[in-house]
Amino acid sequence: MGSLEKSVHSTGHHGPATGITRWLYTTNHKDIGTLYLFFSLTMFFIGGCMALTIRAELFQPGLQLVRPEFFNQMTTSHGLIMVFGAVMPAFVGLANWLIPMMIGAPDMALPRMNNWSFWILPFAFTMMLSTLLMEGGGPNFGWTFYAPLSTTYAPPSVTFFIFAVHMMGISSIMGAINVIATILNMRTPGMKLMDMPLFVWTWLITAFLLIAVMPVLAGVVTMMLMDIHFGTSFFDAAGGGDPVLFQHVFWFFGHPEVYIMILPAFGVVSEIIPTFARKRLFGYTSMVYATASIAILSFIVWAHHMFAVGMPLAGELFFMFTTMLIAVPTGVKVFNWVATMYRGSMTFETPMLFALAFVVLFTIGGFSGLMLAIAPADFQYHDTYFVVAHFHYVLVPGSIFALMAATYFWLPKWTGHMYNESMAKLHFWLSFIGVNITFFPMHFLGLAGMPRRIPDYALQFADFNMVATFGAFLFGFSQLVFVYNIISCIRSGKQATDRVWEGSHGLEWTLPSPPPYHSFTEPPVFTHPYKENDRGV
Amino acid sequence: MNQLQQRNRSLLIKLLAGTVLMFGFGFLLVPLYDVFCDVTGLNGKLQNTGALTQEYKIDSKRQIRVQFLAVNNEAMPWRLRPEQAEISVHPGQMAQTAFLAFNPTERNMVAQAIPSVAPSEAAPYLHKVNCFCFEQQPLAAGEKRAMPLVFMVDDQLPNYISTITLSYTLFDITPESSPVSGIAVAPARSVL
Repeated sequence: MGSLEKSVHSTGHHGPATGITRWLYTTNHKDIGTLYLFFSLTMFFIGGCMALTIRAELFQPGLQLVRPEFFNQMTTSHGLIMVFGAVMPAFVGLANWLIPMMIGAPDMALPRMNNWSFWILPFAFTMMLSTLLMEGGGPNFGWTFYAPLSTTYAPPSVTFFIFAVHMMGISSIMGAINVIATILNMRTPGMKLMDMPLFVWTWLITAFLLIAVMPVLAGVVTMMLMDIHFGTSFFDAAGGGDPVLFQHVFWFFGHPEVYIMILPAFGVVSEIIPTFARKRLFGYTSMVYATASIAILSFIVWAHHMFAVGMPLAGELFFMFTTMLIAVPTGVKVFNWVATMYRGSMTFETPMLFALAFVVLFTIGGFSGLMLAIAPADFQYHDTYFVVAHFHYVLVPGSIFALMAATYFWLPKWTGHMYNESMAKLHFWLSFIGVNITFFPMHFLGLAGMPRRIPDYALQFADFNMVATFGAFLFGFSQLVFVYNIISCIRSGKQATDRVWEGSHGLEWTLPSPPPYHSFTEPPVFTHPYKENDRGV
Repeated sequence: MNQLQQRNRSLLIKLLAGTVLMFGFGFLLVPLYDVFCDVTGLNGKLQNTGALTQEYKIDSKRQIRVQFLAVNNEAMPWRLRPEQAEISVHPGQMAQTAFLAFNPTERNMVAQAIPSVAPSEAAPYLHKVNCFCFEQQPLAAGEKRAMPLVFMVDDQLPNYISTITLSYTLFDITPESSPVSGIAVAPARSVL
């Protein structure tokens, strides 16, 4: 009998340790999931404050609030914090909470590593944020940290930035290894790979993407470190290097990275829509294959971020067509979601509202992505607000809305209390309106030629910028409603049933709400949630 | 349960090996990029340098405009400009020109010029017999020099190319230098 089983048995009948050590030493997947989710919520607000600083400065043309140097640090830090601090850890938190409960496992496969991969993060981000207070300021070269801006012309604090990226990379890789080991080795007897819930499937594929590309990110920042401190010339033309090489290596990481941020969101939406449409998911198999093809294609499209660097025609065409190819599996997914809802008995609880907004607004972001994929047109759109509008449409009403949908969907399971539905609906509508007011005008700004990453702009852009700033503050402050609702749901609320939702399916809903500290110590009997009958309930 | 730990451990080792492999792959992209550029000639880097190894026929029916550009890398105080902004040559005809360099600072400096050809398809057809960019160029404080360039446009140059731009970026590679200190004459870019 192994030590894991023994420890589960000896502590199975009492709850967690008390005090701060519960959180510091915990190896429990639910505790670590909670830590990840609170961490990313904190980062979401820090990154959000930076976004509001940016939007406040852009409220009117001219320089009002901040100096251009600080503005650059804000755009850079906002991007880095939101990508690496908010979206990615939030999905790892969901994975921690949900994957063991969905596949009938007692915990993650490598619990000690799990603890370590979380506790690295606060140190990494404290270090990254501390650079803002250092002499010369924090990173100011854009979240893509193109060389030579991030090497030759970087502020001295760039070394701390590099170390922080290394640490968060290590954290992500450990998290990904844990997810893969859990999914491949710990499924309850009888659950085949093609029986897994889609959230588990999308996370399995995401974890492989993380293992493939996070080391490349570590490699590229290591090259920067060597260029800055050890006299190498990877990206320095004077020594025979090439700055364009940086962009290639960065985007070889960067494009799969954008799918790392959206694939788990696809999984979340694929869990929520069937629940509230009270039908099984349409085209489960095609969903799995579509996710896998998106992941594979993500490795051969990276240079569509670099159409303007001076590529030969053959390269422009290759990356243009492979990029457009990604629209096919993505289209399959959107079709399946819509087909799942077709003739379903739909109700519109808050998770469903967020999931529906996800489908509509993510598709808008996908279409503007297709426009950007057209190489000749991209020469016009490149580095304008059109790009900003595009990636915010796929990230905010995409990833972030999926995260909010997931929070409302599983919060009653996690806490044992129902959240306040009318407050949640208020949060949804404020967010939905706020997001669109913020980001839709940016399409027009970009098409009219307003460049991104600037603190000041020409007068003809003033009106749309003012509208966008109003929307940003509406969206930003409505998140306080979200936090209030979460906290009051944790503290009190109507007792949630085990199933929580009428149409819920999957193993996590067979556990009590809230689930016991150690769940599924005995593997549960598995019955297929999708195949058992047509309505999936 | 032991069996599960065994399987977790072996998967952990495989995935860690994958991580290390991908870290290595990141660095492998550097030589791969150079090889790719060499094979395809895509980034405008010159390949044909040094003495010619074969005879070329002068094609007096075609005229190729060769334009010269000189830019300073930021923080490089030298002045560099081509003697002629543009010359017209026949394919296969050897031509000579020079770039004028001036070190306006109060200290001895060393520079390296990095060439680039546009359009990049023309790069394989530009033979540089002799070029100041082959070597590091030292200039004493206040020294001026004409730096030679001998080149020939290949007679195989595709017909649709009629203009070639050869651009040099000048980098300060003076050992242990702090480039801003001791500038006697402020570099005026308009002069270049």
